[in-house]
Amino acid sequence: MATLKVLIVDDEPGIRSGIKRILSNYFVDFPFLDEEFTFELQEAGSGEDAIEIIDKNNTDIVLLDNKLPGMDGIEVLEYINKKEFDCSVMMITSYASLDLAVKATNNGAYNFVPKPFTPQELKAAMEGITKNLYLRRMTKKLNKEGKQVRFQFLSVLSHELKSPINAIEGYLRIMKDRQVGNNIDDYEVMLNRSLERISGMRTLIMDMLDLTKLESNKKALDVKKIDIVDIATLSKDTMTPMAIQKNIKIFIDSNPEHIFLLAEPEKIEIIFNNLISNAVKYNKDNGEVNCVLREENNKIKISVSDTGIGMSEEDIPKLFQEFMRIKNEKTKAISGSGLGLSILKKIVEEVFHGSISVASIPDKGTTFTIEIPKINIPL
Amino acid sequence: MNTLKDKTVLIADDDMDIITQLSLQLTKIGMKVITAETQKDAESIIEKTKPDLAIFDLMMDNRDSGFILSYKLKKKYPEVPVIIITGVTADTGMMFGLESEEQKKWIKADLYLEKGLRPEQLQMEIKKLLKI
Repeated sequence: MATLKVLIVDDEPGIRSGIKRILSNYFVDFPFLDEEFTFELQEAGSGEDAIEIIDKNNTDIVLLDNKLPGMDGIEVLEYINKKEFDCSVMMITSYASLDLAVKATNNGAYNFVPKPFTPQELKAAMEGITKNLYLRRMTKKLNKEGKQVRFQFLSVLSHELKSPINAIEGYLRIMKDRQVGNNIDDYEVMLNRSLERISGMRTLIMDMLDLTKLESNKKALDVKKIDIVDIATLSKDTMTPMAIQKNIKIFIDSNPEHIFLLAEPEKIEIIFNNLISNAVKYNKDNGEVNCVLREENNKIKISVSDTGIGMSEEDIPKLFQEFMRIKNEKTKAISGSGLGLSILKKIVEEVFHGSISVASIPDKGTTFTIEIPKINIPL
Repeated sequence: MNTLKDKTVLIADDDMDIITQLSLQLTKIGMKVITAETQKDAESIIEKTKPDLAIFDLMMDNRDSGFILSYKLKKKYPEVPVIIITGVTADTGMMFGLESEEQKKWIKADLYLEKGLRPEQLQMEIKKLLKI
């Protein structure tokens, strides 16, 4: 239950107490809210008193008569507007004219209630103004949160981009100052690390571009009939050089032999590249990567399993967060942008309206499973 | 006369290259270096060992790992000076100066430095903190 502060501004005490009586046991609720709104009532007999109260308290709603002894209602309204108070104003006046209505609306009055009014009219007006106030505040809050998320993303991104620069700069300085002597061989490790950091940064930039493309909500343009088995094979070929270094074998098992789908080949490529490269990177030497493709009940199921390091139950939910990388002894030597899986999830869910799940056993391996409905593919 | 000799410094940073570089600089001037690549590791080191100085990266497992570590270290050893280093500052609007009393209340570090500091500068700051 929330209580809204209502200020009644009228020079006639009878009107003030009348409104008070009508609203004191009144509450507003909406089907889409959990909350009920009740009203805490305050009174002011003049515009000057009203301003003093508004300045001091957080007033939510002002019921404002225009004809007041000193400054008039429009002036109070102008003041509220100028100071950008977060409150809604309803004019209650017997001298309503078009001129006044225009002026008041320009200054942000929510609506008019002509005097005299029935309790029912006042209650209906209060319901409208409460709903409006609530939605306005909600919108403001959501916008702010949206900005906050964006800001967090940018600050983490700048951290991720600056880290490799700092590292490489550090190594270059050490070399420039010849901190470990004049023999170039003694700098071998530093040179290799610098090159590795540069390649990590390149991956991050490529992933960023993928993510930006997805987020710009570009309608799929390059949709065609593709055989996902072909794309899986292409992806396997791309990852083979990396796999050979660890003596890892990649298998593709498809049933039926060809699985066709209307989609952008590039998006399906990102899916396979991500899954297979992860399955190689987080695998053990002499391990296996099994890519199983199935089509059944109008669904396409892609699962990629590895025989690698696996991960703990508590690490799984963190996997799809942007820039999240599970850090431990086993993963510290593996490089990655921390964006791959969040891109993957975005593509699966937003482009293909599918789902992605993970099963993992530490030291045994991990299986990623993607299910995509065959219908529902954007054309 | 090198009085930093045999002082122990705890370095926590999730970037192994920064650890390598800092370790190189500090062992060169005779300091003993203990390193941790995660907040967790650093926490368990703090449990067992009292360093003479600590250098924490800000963003590790958590976005504020450096502050958390600093808080925990100071709780156990209030007299051990802490330097927080980070690559992210002014350009993202994230500033954590330690000038005002209010900031000092919750940020328990003694000094806040940007990454990419020259070795001589770092040495100077360490000497100041250790009152050498």
